[in-house]
Amino acid sequence: MLETGLKTVIMTKIKSLADLRKIKDDVQEKIRLRENADQPEKLVQIKVGMATSGIASGAKEVMNFLIEELEKRNVDAVVTQTGDMGYCFAEPTIEVILPGQEPVVFGNVNVKRADEIIEKYIKNGELVDGIIPRNYETIDNK
Amino acid sequence: MAKYNQHLLVCGGTGCRASHSDAIVESLNRALVERNLDGEVKVVMTGCFGFCEKGPIVKVLPDNTFYTQVTPADCDEIVAEHIYKGRKVNRLLYTNPENQEHVSDSKHMGFYRKQIRIALRNCGFIDPENIDEYIARDGYAALGKVLSSTPEQVISDLIKSGLRGRGGGGFPTGLKWQITSKVKADQKYVVCNADEGDPGAFMDRSILEGDPHSVIEAMAINGYCTSASKGLIYIRAEYPLAIARLKVALRQAREYGLLGENILGSDFSFDIEMRYGAGAFVCGEETALIHSMEGHRGEPTFKPPFPSESGYLGKPTNVNNVETYANIPVIILKGPEWFASIGSEKSKGTKVFALAGKINNVGLIEVPMGTTLREVIYEIGGGIKDGKQFKAVQTGGPSGGCLTMKHLDTPIDYDNLIAVGSMMGSGGMIVMDEDDCMVAIAKFYLEFTVEESCGKCSPCRIGNKRLHEILTKITKGEGTMEDLDNLRNLGQVIKDTALCGLGQTSPNPVLSTLDNFWDEYLEHVTEKKCRAGVCKSMLRYVIEPDACVGCTACARNCPVNAISGERKKAHEINQDICIKCGACVEKCKFNAIFVR
Repeated sequence: MLETGLKTVIMTKIKSLADLRKIKDDVQEKIRLRENADQPEKLVQIKVGMATSGIASGAKEVMNFLIEELEKRNVDAVVTQTGDMGYCFAEPTIEVILPGQEPVVFGNVNVKRADEIIEKYIKNGELVDGIIPRNYETIDNK
Repeated sequence: MAKYNQHLLVCGGTGCRASHSDAIVESLNRALVERNLDGEVKVVMTGCFGFCEKGPIVKVLPDNTFYTQVTPADCDEIVAEHIYKGRKVNRLLYTNPENQEHVSDSKHMGFYRKQIRIALRNCGFIDPENIDEYIARDGYAALGKVLSSTPEQVISDLIKSGLRGRGGGGFPTGLKWQITSKVKADQKYVVCNADEGDPGAFMDRSILEGDPHSVIEAMAINGYCTSASKGLIYIRAEYPLAIARLKVALRQAREYGLLGENILGSDFSFDIEMRYGAGAFVCGEETALIHSMEGHRGEPTFKPPFPSESGYLGKPTNVNNVETYANIPVIILKGPEWFASIGSEKSKGTKVFALAGKINNVGLIEVPMGTTLREVIYEIGGGIKDGKQFKAVQTGGPSGGCLTMKHLDTPIDYDNLIAVGSMMGSGGMIVMDEDDCMVAIAKFYLEFTVEESCGKCSPCRIGNKRLHEILTKITKGEGTMEDLDNLRNLGQVIKDTALCGLGQTSPNPVLSTLDNFWDEYLEHVTEKKCRAGVCKSMLRYVIEPDACVGCTACARNCPVNAISGERKKAHEINQDICIKCGACVEKCKFNAIFVR
């Protein structure tokens, strides 16, 4: 069927420009991820290492935490997962790129440390403990 | 429920659907459910991404990974590897033909780098069957802005923006609206011309399939500015998916009250109906289109009176093309100065082109006016297929002309293309290589116009038929120098005397190839030779006696028994019987058969 995307609920009428703006604010959340992905270089970009060792050490939990908390704290960010970064001794690992800056890799990131990274590094640019020197190039940069 | 971490966008345009993109959506959803990821990852069917050459496309967001030629069988691997473990599936990534490296991020693909997407802004980004996603992208905000402003102000902004009709004529859109708005009448109409008829062109279809609301919103704006309460979309019945998506969009807009009585609390009321065409090329011409909508034969009439004075049912009617409409909401929101800052001196904004023919990246692109043909063909289009030599590019469809090597650095805009003997048309761009015969190409386009001529005026009905006969004669190797003179004279007369745009432009492919490929015509006439080997009757298949071992493979496979010879002795082809099908060349294992 071609009309599968159609909602069956009856929609309320939009009676003014203010109504339209309100609907826009409500629905924008649904596509914010896509809009952010369109201009990642202007936003905070975070890559979470999600190989077997990362997942086993709780990378998934950290990733969900980052996505939810960044939104709650009004930080526009693009959180993606990546494969093994090679730091299996320090999983979960995350790489953070602030707009216009070099990437920084943090090791042993649990929820508590993720919270610290958001508050200190992402919001204020202060470095926190546990930075791993970055020793690779990614094909994404080509 | 957890928030969606990732979106998987699947192309739902006609091209990718034909390669089972709806099965891809199903398979992705199934794989997500199996791994318990369906609450975290959302699958969205969008409009066309433009990169049709490598469809079906699946794009993973937010990391912009661009998977090409995906099959339903690949979906499990995408979910298991990329979604679950974060490892990209390399074999499905786009490979850069220059260095054979995988390009994972669509932002780094040559195809997208030079593009600016205004008309296609939402294609491949939103779900076209969900009005909320359109509203989230500032949809209907332009209509809201317009309703709190005066029609005069909006029209003046549109004139300032420099937007010109994207259907081919290039008439200033604001001016057209102004003329219609000034005519007094009890009822006026706005019409969207979605009768896209050029062979190989599919930009309007893609916009309607990928972002139908942008056209609906712009038509409502058009209605407000010209005091028309009714809109009509004239679309060819050959576009079933576009029609289905438009119907969904119209229903959603009505349910929200964005079409109907007192839109957004104003005293402006407007609604849209659909009219289906039977796919006649001439119905893209606005007077023929209007007659077809009225239930009459799709034949053009002489202008003036223009439709803006007397159109549908004799009432003032404003006709605009799909792509023109798609530009308008953005111009209103971002301002005429912004739009006028993009493009060339006399052609503002961008243009969507459908790249086709012997080019690596077949697909849909949108570039600023003033981009050169070279940039489009080599940087975005990725150059000529199989490393062959570029010969010509045909712009403007059957009404346009063939441009050559020497025009490659011409910046594309309305006036430049006309100056070099072609035209913008609706935006078809067909690339030809050394294996194409330009006389045969001209003949192909003439075949199309002869077929599509409505027959009302004699220059088009009879003249094009005669042009086609002369071209056929030349491709059969029976042409004379007098024929070449006749082609040029007759072409010029048809151009000057035909009733509508179809006839007035139909000799263009002939005249432009005569100008740009005169030596090929000469060869056909004087040497009876077709250098591209396309005109079959000029070819001779010959067996080289020294190379032939007499295996009889060719003789056994010749469908007309034109080859004779004894076993283990050189064979021979009887030229009187040979139909030049080439079957013998394919079967010969000793490369003993040549085409001369």
